[in-house]
Amino acid sequence: MEQGSAGGSGPAPAAAAAAAAAGTGGLLLPLSETEQQRYSELFSRCCPPPEAAAGGSSVGELFRASQLPPDTLHQITEVCGAKRVGYFGPAQFYIALKLIAAAQSGFPVRIESIKNELPLPRFMALKNDTEVRYGTPAEFQGAKFQVPHATLEKNSYKRTDEGDKQESKSPPMSPICSPPASPSTYQRIPLSYGYGKTRSGVEQQHGAPYEVRHSTHQQDGPSSGNYGAKSALTCSTPKRSLSVEREQQDSSTQYSDDPWRITEEQRDYYINQFRSLQPDLNAFISGSVAKNFFTKSKLPIPELSHIWELSDVDCDGALTLAEFCAAFHLVVARKNGYQLPETLPETLLPEYLQAACLKPMRDCALFDSYSEPLAGSQQARDLGRTEKSSAEEVPDNSALLQDGKKDDKQALKVSTTLKTIPKEFQHLTVKAAAQEPNAFRARPRSRSYSSTSIEDAMKKGEEPPTPPPRPQKSHSRASSLDLNKIFQQNTQAVKSGWLPPPPPALPPRPSVSQTEQPSEVELHPQRNRPSSQAEENSSAKKEVVLVQPPSKPARRKLRTEAQGLETPELSPTINVTSSLPAVKPHLPVQKQSSKQKRAIQTAIRKNKEANAVLARLNSELQQQLKEVHKERIALETQLEQLRPVTVL
Amino acid sequence: CGLFCSQNYPLYIRSVPTENELKFHYTVHTSLDVVDEKISAMGKALVDQRELYLGLLYPTEDYKVYLCYVTNSKVKFVMVVDSSNTALRDNEIRSMFRKLHNSYTDIMCNPFYNPGDRIHSRAFDTMVNSMMMQVC
Repeated sequence: MEQGSAGGSGPAPAAAAAAAAAGTGGLLLPLSETEQQRYSELFSRCCPPPEAAAGGSSVGELFRASQLPPDTLHQITEVCGAKRVGYFGPAQFYIALKLIAAAQSGFPVRIESIKNELPLPRFMALKNDTEVRYGTPAEFQGAKFQVPHATLEKNSYKRTDEGDKQESKSPPMSPICSPPASPSTYQRIPLSYGYGKTRSGVEQQHGAPYEVRHSTHQQDGPSSGNYGAKSALTCSTPKRSLSVEREQQDSSTQYSDDPWRITEEQRDYYINQFRSLQPDLNAFISGSVAKNFFTKSKLPIPELSHIWELSDVDCDGALTLAEFCAAFHLVVARKNGYQLPETLPETLLPEYLQAACLKPMRDCALFDSYSEPLAGSQQARDLGRTEKSSAEEVPDNSALLQDGKKDDKQALKVSTTLKTIPKEFQHLTVKAAAQEPNAFRARPRSRSYSSTSIEDAMKKGEEPPTPPPRPQKSHSRASSLDLNKIFQQNTQAVKSGWLPPPPPALPPRPSVSQTEQPSEVELHPQRNRPSSQAEENSSAKKEVVLVQPPSKPARRKLRTEAQGLETPELSPTINVTSSLPAVKPHLPVQKQSSKQKRAIQTAIRKNKEANAVLARLNSELQQQLKEVHKERIALETQLEQLRPVTVL
Repeated sequence: CGLFCSQNYPLYIRSVPTENELKFHYTVHTSLDVVDEKISAMGKALVDQRELYLGLLYPTEDYKVYLCYVTNSKVKFVMVVDSSNTALRDNEIRSMFRKLHNSYTDIMCNPFYNPGDRIHSRAFDTMVNSMMMQVC
């Protein structure tokens, strides 16, 4: 490591060259002084002594900052022998830097190309780094070191900001790093995520130089000027380093898990990718599919194999969503230069990921259970779909449901129950994907169609009384009391209003409903008469209807129809019990013609009850009339008794 | 002291006492011939047998050679242990082979692994190492 110091003395470069020569097996690498300085400083940044080998991650960070395509970087790594040796020793590092310079100058990555005189490798990606790098040689040369510190502080402040300039760097990085045809987005996203990585990487690197300065101060004994500068430097560094490191620590604690923590956007991206491979989010991606997918990332097969090992926790040869996210995340990390861990980090464990991934799904499940008692089976199916899909799907589902309004009654039910759901999902980030919602829309819509057909089949068996009660039932299913309060007022309007919609699904029904209409029109005025008492009973009816929900639609309709007609009549006929027992045996009729009869019978019943009421009223009135007559007679007789007295 | 062979070329070799490695390799290779003999002697309709622990191959003055035969893909697990390790019971050997077998199937699950490649899995390595540390 001493040879890597910025001594600049004669033997040192020769020693470095010799070391390089030894490393490359007999190749003499002439390093100029500037190169020597630069490389040593870079090397010291990447590897805080006393280790002899540079850390792979910081080296990877540096290489990435050179804005070379990853293929080239891999090539460089191989050529310089680091892969062979397994670590970046000084020789390998210097060779690598030379190769980077060569590549940046446009030379192919070969040992031969670095024999020539080359400019210094440029690491342009991060302004901070270049400033620091230019700053530190200035320090070593005894220039002002306050400036670099100031710039460092500024940089760190800028870093702790959102790092906009780094984001601006990432787009230039992305076109440079080779975008392949199909997974171009695949690469760009990891690179745009890479800025977060570079940020944390930069922080790591800046942590290192402080240590380096301390240690180089301790270890090396370079020229006196440098020494003096360094001593003054180290005095100021503790303060600055403390402040900067505090910031670093703040941000690093924020980012301490960052390499292995999946952010929301990443998760969404991974989920999208998962969906592109396998539409059902609860199913697996098979091994071969995943293999093809991850091979597109151009990572070497052993690394992919390792990634698979790490992420396929249950070792079943297939990836669940959580496993896939972890694997994808590892791929992204690897492409950004991070070494793969030996074991799966905690934040990538499937349980952890599932807890995070399925949080929106759990909310869906809650709503599913909430609306389950209200909804029929079809609704449960729709909600089950939302339960499975991520939050992104919810607006699509609500859109779907709004589309489904064009369908008949079920749409009303579904939309009313689910309109509360979008409110709840507002807090979740929602990214609408264009293609998947169509697929999702298509499927639930087909389901709603199928369910309508099922209901149609069920209803065709009981045509006549059903159309009018159906809208009632839809309101009752929605089970908002408001709807039920205005139920009575709306029944007639609803009945007439809802009759037209059913026809598109069920042609025979409207005809029957139309025949029904006159009888119901007759019913209506009679319903209006017991309306006063029926209003009292509407609450009872509501309860009756609400209790009913789990039962099947057809039977429910019959009962609501029958009981709806019955309950308003119950109280007026409490005194008149004769009609009711006669009516009740009629109830369990279930055939089509019998239902017609029952309708007629209920009409008759109503009439009879009305008659009874009127008859009672009549009798009472007549009694009163008789009394009045008696009084009149009494008064007249009194008058006559009194009159002859006066007439005489 | 372990090896995997598929069709008589090694997929994985690991020895704990790293000296005499070559000797181990040699032993293992010769044991393969013994295995083939045994298999041919057993006959054809013994598919089940192939998954079984085939037991002690042959004891020599220094060490014993055990074998476990894996599936129809003819992947053989061979273990060589010192004769001095008399504490190793049959059950332990069997359990070790079972662990090896399980790890091998886990590796197989990896779609990036081609059967016949050398085994690079780090998890596998750690498992084997731990097992061997236990024994040796």
